[in-house]
Amino acid sequence: MNLFKELYRGLIKENPTLVLLLGMCPTLAVSNQAINGIGMGIAATFVLVGSNVVISLLKNVTPDKVRIPIFIVVIACFVTIVDLSMNAYTPDLHATLGIFIPLIVVNCIILGRAEAYASKNGVLASLVDGIVMGIGFTCGLTVLGCIRELLGNGSIFGHRLVAENASTILVFILPPGAFIALGYLIAVVNRSLKKKTS
Amino acid sequence: MEYLSLIIGAVLVNNVVLVQFLGICPFLGVSTKVQTAMGMAIAVVFVMALATTVTFLLHYNVLVPLKIEFLQTLLFILVIAALVQMVELILKKVSQPLYQALGVYLPLITTNCAILGIAVLVIRKNFTLLQSVAYAVGIAVGFGFALLLFAGIRERMELYDIPEAMKGAPIALVTAGLMSLAFMGFAGMIK
Repeated sequence: MNLFKELYRGLIKENPTLVLLLGMCPTLAVSNQAINGIGMGIAATFVLVGSNVVISLLKNVTPDKVRIPIFIVVIACFVTIVDLSMNAYTPDLHATLGIFIPLIVVNCIILGRAEAYASKNGVLASLVDGIVMGIGFTCGLTVLGCIRELLGNGSIFGHRLVAENASTILVFILPPGAFIALGYLIAVVNRSLKKKTS
Repeated sequence: MEYLSLIIGAVLVNNVVLVQFLGICPFLGVSTKVQTAMGMAIAVVFVMALATTVTFLLHYNVLVPLKIEFLQTLLFILVIAALVQMVELILKKVSQPLYQALGVYLPLITTNCAILGIAVLVIRKNFTLLQSVAYAVGIAVGFGFALLLFAGIRERMELYDIPEAMKGAPIALVTAGLMSLAFMGFAGMIK
C-alpha cells in the first residue's frame, strides 16, 4: 500500500467534501471560521478512524442483514465519546459547534466509508482509509473556513489580515455566504480536476 | 399566538435548510423535479412530527429518570431508524397508494440529519411536548417549502446554458445561497 497515493486519494481525487460532496451539512454550518472547520474536522476524523477500525474488526461476525444498525451503533458510540470529551476539554468549541457534534452520527462520509471500505478490508487498510478521508474532510472544511473568514471578517484563524478600517463582505460569514463560497470552490475544483484528466 | 409565532419562526425565519443547514443532502439530492420534491416534503413532515414526539417522550420518561442522558445520540438515531422502518411497513399494509407515493423517500429520511437535529434541538431548547411538536411541524413545512421552491428553480435551470465547471452541485449551491439571502429578509419578522 502506497501511503502517498492513499493521501492523494483522500485529499484530492476522492476528497469527501469537494469532490464526493458528502457531509454537506456540517461543511456549510461550521465553516464560518477556520478554527471551527478544524475542530469539526478533527472530531469527525476521530469518529471515522475509530468506527472504521472497529467495523473492520467485526466484519467477520457481522450478519449481513443487520449490518447497517450495527454500523450506526458503533458510530454513535464514538460520537458520544467525542461529544463528552469536547464538552470537558474544549467547552467553547463544543458550544460553537453545538448540535453538529451529535449530528456527526448521520454524516454520510462515516457511514459511507464503513459500508464501502471498512466492512470489506483489513484493519490496517481501514485505519489508513479513515485517516486520509478524515484529513480530506478537515482540509475541505478548513479551506472553506479560511475563505469565508477572510472575505467576511478580514482575518484567518482570528489574525486580522486587512486594514483595521477596511470594510469586509459580511455576507460570507452569514448563511448565504456558505452556499455561495462552497459553490464556487467546488466549481474551481471541478475545473482544475477536469483539466488534469483531459 | 405563541404557537403561531413559533411555527412562523420555524418555517420562514429559522428555515431549516437555508439558515440552520440541516438536511442539505436531500435538499440537493431530490430537488431536480417538483414532483419528487413534493413527495419528499410530505414524507418529511410526517416523519419529523412523529419522530420528535417519540424521542421527546423517551428522553423525559426513560433517559432522565435513569440519569443516562449521555446515551441520547445513540438512542435517538436507533429510534428514528426503527420508526422509519415501521412507518414503511404500516403504510405498505394499510394504504397502498400512499406507500407508492412516499415509499421510496422513507429509507432516505433516516439519513436526513434534520430529523435527528430537530429531535436533539427541542430537548436543548427546553420546549414542552406541544411546543416541540409545533416546532417540528413548522420546521418540516419550512423544509418542504424551501425544497419545492428550489426544485422549481432547478427545473427551469435545466434549459439554460451554464458553464461546464458550474454544472450540477456548484450552480445548485449558488442558487441556494441566493435563496438564503432572500430568506434573511424574514429575520425581522419575529423578535
